[in-house]
Parts: sequence; structure tokens; C-alpha cells
Amino acid sequence: MNTEPLAFEHAIGPFLADQLEIRGISRRNFVKFALGITAAMGLPFGMTRQVMAALDRPAARPSVIWLHFQECTGCTESLLRATHPTVETLILDLISLDYSETLLAAAGHQAEAALHDALAQHPGQFILVVEGSVPTADHGNFCKIAGQTPQDMLHAIAPQAVAAVAIGSCASWGGVQSAAPNPTGAVGLAEALGLEGILKSDGSALPVINLPGCPASPYNLLATLLYYLTLHRLPELDTKGRPKFAYGRLIHDNCERRPHFDAGRFAEQFGDAGHRQGWCLYKLGCKGPETYANCPAIQFGDVGANTWPVGIGHPCFGCAEQGVGFHKALHEQAKVLSVTPTSLFPGVFTEHPGGVTVASAAVAGAIGGGALVYALGASQKLKQTEAASTSTTDEEA
Amino acid sequence: MSTKRICVDPVTRIEGHLRIDCDIRDGKVVDAWSSGQMWRGIETILIGRDPRDAWLYTQRICGVCTTVHAICSVRAVENALGLEIPLNAQLIRNLIMAAHGIHDHIVHFYQLSALDWVDVVSALEADPQATATLAQGLSNWPNNSAAHFAEVQERIKKFVAGGQLGIFAHGYWGHPAMKLPPAANLMAVAHYLEALEYQRRANRIVAILGGKTPHIQNLAVGGVANAINPDEQSALNMERLAYVRTLMDELGGFVREVYLPDVTAIAGLYADWLPYGEGVTDYLSAPDFPRDAKGTDFGMPGGYIPNGDINQFHPLTHFGDPYFERNVKESIKHSWYQGDWTRSPYAEDTVPHYTDFNEEGAYSWVKSPSFADRPAQVGPLANVLAMVAAGHEGTKRYLDQALTRIAAITGSAVPMTALHSSLGRHAARCVRTQVLYDMLLENYDALIANIASGDYTSFNPPVFPKGEQMGFGFHEAPRGILSHWIVIGDGKIKNYQAVVPSTWNAGPRNQDDARGPYEAALIGNPVLDEERPLEVLRTVHSFDPCLACAIHLHDNQRQRVIRVSSV
Repeated sequence: MNTEPLAFEHAIGPFLADQLEIRGISRRNFVKFALGITAAMGLPFGMTRQVMAALDRPAARPSVIWLHFQECTGCTESLLRATHPTVETLILDLISLDYSETLLAAAGHQAEAALHDALAQHPGQFILVVEGSVPTADHGNFCKIAGQTPQDMLHAIAPQAVAAVAIGSCASWGGVQSAAPNPTGAVGLAEALGLEGILKSDGSALPVINLPGCPASPYNLLATLLYYLTLHRLPELDTKGRPKFAYGRLIHDNCERRPHFDAGRFAEQFGDAGHRQGWCLYKLGCKGPETYANCPAIQFGDVGANTWPVGIGHPCFGCAEQGVGFHKALHEQAKVLSVTPTSLFPGVFTEHPGGVTVASAAVAGAIGGGALVYALGASQKLKQTEAASTSTTDEEA
Repeated sequence: MSTKRICVDPVTRIEGHLRIDCDIRDGKVVDAWSSGQMWRGIETILIGRDPRDAWLYTQRICGVCTTVHAICSVRAVENALGLEIPLNAQLIRNLIMAAHGIHDHIVHFYQLSALDWVDVVSALEADPQATATLAQGLSNWPNNSAAHFAEVQERIKKFVAGGQLGIFAHGYWGHPAMKLPPAANLMAVAHYLEALEYQRRANRIVAILGGKTPHIQNLAVGGVANAINPDEQSALNMERLAYVRTLMDELGGFVREVYLPDVTAIAGLYADWLPYGEGVTDYLSAPDFPRDAKGTDFGMPGGYIPNGDINQFHPLTHFGDPYFERNVKESIKHSWYQGDWTRSPYAEDTVPHYTDFNEEGAYSWVKSPSFADRPAQVGPLANVLAMVAAGHEGTKRYLDQALTRIAAITGSAVPMTALHSSLGRHAARCVRTQVLYDMLLENYDALIANIASGDYTSFNPPVFPKGEQMGFGFHEAPRGILSHWIVIGDGKIKNYQAVVPSTWNAGPRNQDDARGPYEAALIGNPVLDEERPLEVLRTVHSFDPCLACAIHLHDNQRQRVIRVSSV
């Protein structure tokens, strides 16, 4: 949606000393400020000169503040598993991770001071990453950090951010704790900002990029950050705020088992002959047909050979998709959002000189249309048959 | 006599949201309160759902202890149904448990707790050659070279000179309790970075078998969803198994040649800390790594040890052991839930009732579990003590190695009783990791042998009869014994409770107002600088807190500053 370079790119990396001068702060006071910062960072005073030098040039690495709300730290853990780049390259060379409850050396008041410094030093310039949902029931009391609810923290921090990334399904749309009866009223970041009426300090809406998945693939975060750092704009998003490079296709449309679906070859139980031959897992409840994510394309753990849930033999349960993961039963059949008949279409382009004739294109269109209608009908029928059989048996899977 | 109240909130380098309040007098902790600050209601969400789905939800209790709530959940349902699983499924689960456990223990020591003992700023002053001499005296790890340490030091210098300290800002650098020589600090920083690489290898094993990590997706009530077929490309075949074996070989070096030497060196150099952090000495752990389909023969023993006396060890002998089932209870007297009861997990309800921090009343989302009506400490220390009590050869050998290495630095023998401490928990975790690595080897060989025998089965379909079934599963997770308890009615979940390691350890005072293990372990802990209570972190981190599973030091006035009161 938004492909224009954002105004904030200029905001990252101004010369702090120039800014201070613009604001009427003298060089002498700048030195005092640097001394203060040196002490605040817990460094020996001998290092003030280096700190001053650092403050006096564009920030080499953009500041990232990472907040944890109702979550399981799975998304942070996911980042520990990434190889390109690695988490150590990310936090030592690419970004300045100025606040993270999981990785911060400091705790308690010192942790709060780290957060306070990051806000004071990079107003309007840091990227906010939120992991976890926001509990809206009982005034947010179901989650507290240093006595503050997520709502309190968002009011204090979010208006200062340049953009926000909601990592994982919890921050994107509520995640597991939003499953019925949603006892804590858990919602995602974008919804919480809306409910609380939180805007950027200049009155504009805070851009929120959703990276659902349970956990989110680390590469969807890394690629989003690198997209921004390298191309100086935010990635193109779909209507649910998800980057198209990661969530532009159904799992079903990139699945290596798709030919088995199209050919009607289904595993009926874990360990049966079809399952052991890598057949389609649709009848076991695979939610690939209604879940948008790049799992089959980039897989997990960088170990190749179809290392992702469907690849090893377990149905997708739709963890990335709102209303599917943690909402539909594991073995409940998916709604098939895309039906694409395959070999029934004749080719439109011909290898012979002279190209395609109007008549042959029309014939191809008619056959294709017919096949589509047929396939839709077959899908409906398949679902009805399945509904009848699953309601009578408990042994399935 | 003046008593100061300090509140650490948030406790960082843990999973989740923990608050810990301490009363401090004459530089020592005299009382402590542990408070879990987040509730998500997953047990409530499960009611009415299909028991076959429960593991997908419960695994999301924690992304650090990923795998464990999934494995424990399917075990609970299988126990309720009396369902055995194929041997292949047992072995594949075991391989995942071992690889994940090794990853988790490595990350806990280096990323989550080393910075309590290691001064990153001091490492900048170290002589790389002296660091190499120190490290080579400890092990044969190929990266213990002056050139490697110089390279790491240069990277960190450049990072610090950049002025953006990121996660290292406001750390406890130069704190009077930081006592390692610069060379030891540089060695530890170098290994902090290397640990990241090796935990990834452990995780790749989990990914190959589990389909992804965190949050594996290869389980099923009745076994695993992995298709085993050496003659098929889309199944667990020899190429996949060879990859697992290669990763195991790479991982072994770090576990044996880096982790064990580092932990024992740091424990030896901080020998004055050996007396601190004892706390509750009733220990509970589960036997795990079943070698058979039923769960009656285990690679790693577990059980109950009252009063820190291994001669009173009572083993748990099989899945469904009634000795465990009848002795576990949870109390909500000091937790934010409706009512005041102490019940078996089967009979619990979970109705939240938040009242803010009230140290006389309720002050935590964490419930307070008890075994035989008393608090129990769980975790690698409990597990190692149980394995020693059970005469487990590997454990005895690695523990002996660890204590000998510590003694070589301190210059005097280190008795087993020194394990009842904060440093003892680190040492025990490291010993347990050595045993986990043996489990990886054993279960890999067993899986290959079973597949070679022609057995490709991986799943026994569950059948849910009409009426009610109850069951529980236990699992010795990285943070200690985990149990899931389920009541099934007509094929649907009627009640579900998870009694979690960090619940055992982070729990508030129980029905008899006895302190939980974190609280008890903090008593007597020194605090040199109340503004920077590093020593409190040392003891709390030694338990490897996981608050999503169950906490954070914080002040009940919600002030940024320490509240000081006179008593």
C-alpha cells in the first residue's frame, strides 16, 4: 500500500550536536550531556571522548525498542535461530536494541533507565517492536511491567516511534490468548492503539506492520528491518498490514504437496501409506488453503528439504491467520480459498510461428471456465462428504 | 534497625514478567516476595475443546520452554486414555527433548545469566594472549586462541566506541560484586557470542524433527506426525537422519569443551558465593527419556528428595505413578484467583481476581504448588540430585568432573552439599546438559536400530470413549518437573491444569505461609548496593525463571525509586 519514502527517514541519524545547537544548547553543555550519558551507560569516565564522538555523528544503527506484553517470548527465541543475518549481527552491527526484557543486561530501575534513555535520545526516531497481545479486560491488569499495563506503556512510548512492528500472531491479532472465550480480552497492537486513541506525537497514525505466525518466522522480521534500512521505505503491505513479500500467497499455493491435492491423493491418518508417501494433508485438517504465509517458501531452521510443518507430515493449523489458528479445530477441514485447476487448461501460447488464434483462445477460455466450475463443485461435494463422515467418527487421525 | 524494601521490576533476562520485592537489613536480604505479573488464561480457553488439539495451545504457554508443554500435554491425554505410543514416536520425542534441553541450558547460562557474573567493560582491558593461556588451560577448544580473542575484543571495542550500547546499556559494569579478572571476562564474552552459534545447531535438530522451532508441530496424541520412510523423499529418511547426526557431532564439542569448563571456572573464581542461595531443599524431579512404549524404563531417573538428603530419595518409576499423582496440590491463598483453596490439579478452577500487590494477602498470578504439603524446589539441581541418588553412572561421572574442576581453582575439595546454592544450580544445569548429550546419542542410535529392524510405525490412533477419563503427564523440562492434568468428558476437555516448573520455584507463599523457592533462596543473600541489586539477580536467575510459564522484583507503590521504610 504505502510505497512512498516516508518523511521519517531523514529523522534517523541527524547530528545530535547540531540539533542541540539549533535548540540553543552550547558546546559546553553538550560536553556535560556527554559526561552524563557516559555515566548513565555505566561506562568509565575515560570513555567520554568516545561517547562524544559517537553522539556527534549520525547514529550508525537505528534504535529499536522491543516490548513484551502477553506473550511467550517465542518470537524473540525465533530470532535466536536465524542465520542470515544472525541475531548477533543484528544487534551488534545493524540495529541498536535499546530495550528488550529478554536480552537486556540491566534489570529493574536500570532497565527502566535504559528505556528512558532510548526515548530521550531518539524521540520520533526509533522503531517500536511489540511482541504479545494487549489485554483489554479488567483495565489491562492481566499484564504488568514495572507496575504499568501495556496500555500505559503504549501511551508513553508509541507516539514517539517512527513505525511499529507487531511481531507474531499475538501482537498482530491477539494470538492464542484471544481464543474463545478470550478471558483477558486480548487484542493485537493495531487494535489496541485504535481503542486507546494513540497517535504519533504529530497527530498522524502510527504505521503498524503485522508479522503474524506462532512464532513469526525470524526472516519476516529481519527482511522487514533490512527492507527499511536498505531501501529507506516500508515494505508493501496487504489490507491486513502484512508485508506482501511474506504473506502475499496462501500456503496452499506454494505447498510442495499441492500436486497431490489436485490429483486427489490424500493422507487419511498419520503413518498410513499415503502419509508415508508425502500425500496431501487436507483431509487431516490442513489449513494451508486458508492461511497466508511463506512457510513453504522459506521453511524453518535453514536445514532444507521441506523442513516446515506440512513438509514433515503435520497439517498446517493456521497459526498465522486470524480466525483460523487457535479458532478452528486441528482436524476440522479448511475452507479452500483458491481452486486452480491445473492440467485441464490447454496452453494459450503456442510454440509454432503465427501465435494463438482467436478461436483457440476462446476454446481454451471455455474449457478453463468449465473446469473451474467443475472444481468448485467438487470441492463443495468433498466438504459435504467429509462433514458427514467426521461427525460420526472419533477415530479420524 | 532499619529495613529497606527494594523492588526489581522488571526482572530481565528471563521469560515473562516477574516482580521481586526484598527487605534488606545490614546488607542482606531478610525477606522476599516473588510475583508473577501476567495471566493469559490458556487453561480456561482449553475447556470444551478437542483433547487432540490441547498441545497446540499449551505449547504457547512458553516459547522459551517450547516443546515441553506440547510433549507433556500429549502424555497427559495418552495417560487418560491408557494409550501407548510406538517406540519410534517415543524416541523422536526424546531426541527433540534432548536437543531442545541442550539449547535451552546453553542460552540460559550465556545469554540469560552470564552477565550477572561477567563484566563486559572489563573484557575490553584484557590481554588476548593471557586470555588464550587461561582458556587453553581449561580445554582444547580450537577457538581458544589469542587471535580469536583479539578479534572478539576488537568487535566489542568498536561496538562500545560507537556509543550505542544497546542491550549492554546500564549493565552492572564495575559493580563491586563483579570479581572476574579481565581475561576471564573476555573469555566469557567470546563464548557468549559462540554460544549463539551452537544453540542454533541444537535448534536445527529440533527443526528437522519438529518441523519448526520454536513451537514444534510434529506431535499427535498417540505418537508423532513424522512419516518414517527411508524410500521416500517427503518423509524422515536417511538424508534427514544423517543431518541430525552431523549437527549432534558439531554440538558435542561446545557442550564438553566450552560450557562445562566455563561454568566450573566461573564457579571456582566466585567460590565466596558458594554459600548463598540455598532456600528450599525438598527437591522434586521427573524420570524422563523413556526407552519403551509404556514409559516404565527411563534414561534419566527422577523422584522426590526431602530435606536435601539423597538417602531419603523416593523414585518416580513410571508414567502415571500414583505417588506423584496423590502428593501434588496447588494453593491460591496468596494468588490473584477467586477463593482460597488447596486442591489436586484435577479439581482446580481458575477464576482470576486481581487485587494489586498485597504481601499479606494475594500478590501474584502464580499459584503455589506443594508436594506432600510442602514447597519443593525443581530444576536441573533437583534432577541431578535424584540421578545421583538413583546411582546414574553418567551423572555421577560428570558431577565428579565438575566438582574436581571447581576444586582445582579454589584449592580445596568441594563437597556435594555446595550444590545447594545459586552457583550449584548453574553447575547442576551444566552437568545435566552433559547427560542430555548422552541421551541424544543413545536415542539416535536406538531410533536408527528400530528403523533398521523394519519398524516404521509412528502413530497409534486414539479412541475417546463416552464418559469421563482423567489423567496426567509429567516431563522433566529444562526448568524442572512439569505436569499437565486433564479431565475428559465425552471426548471434550472438562478441566485442564498445568503445574509448571517456574510455578514450583516462583510460587508465592503457600497455604501454610511457607515461602516459595525463589523467596527462600534470597534470604541471607548479600546486597552491596541497594540501587543496583545485582546479587538478587544472581540468585533469581540461577533458577532460570520462566514467567509466561509462571515472575519480576518490583515496588508496590509503582514508583521508579526505591521505597525505604523503617521497621
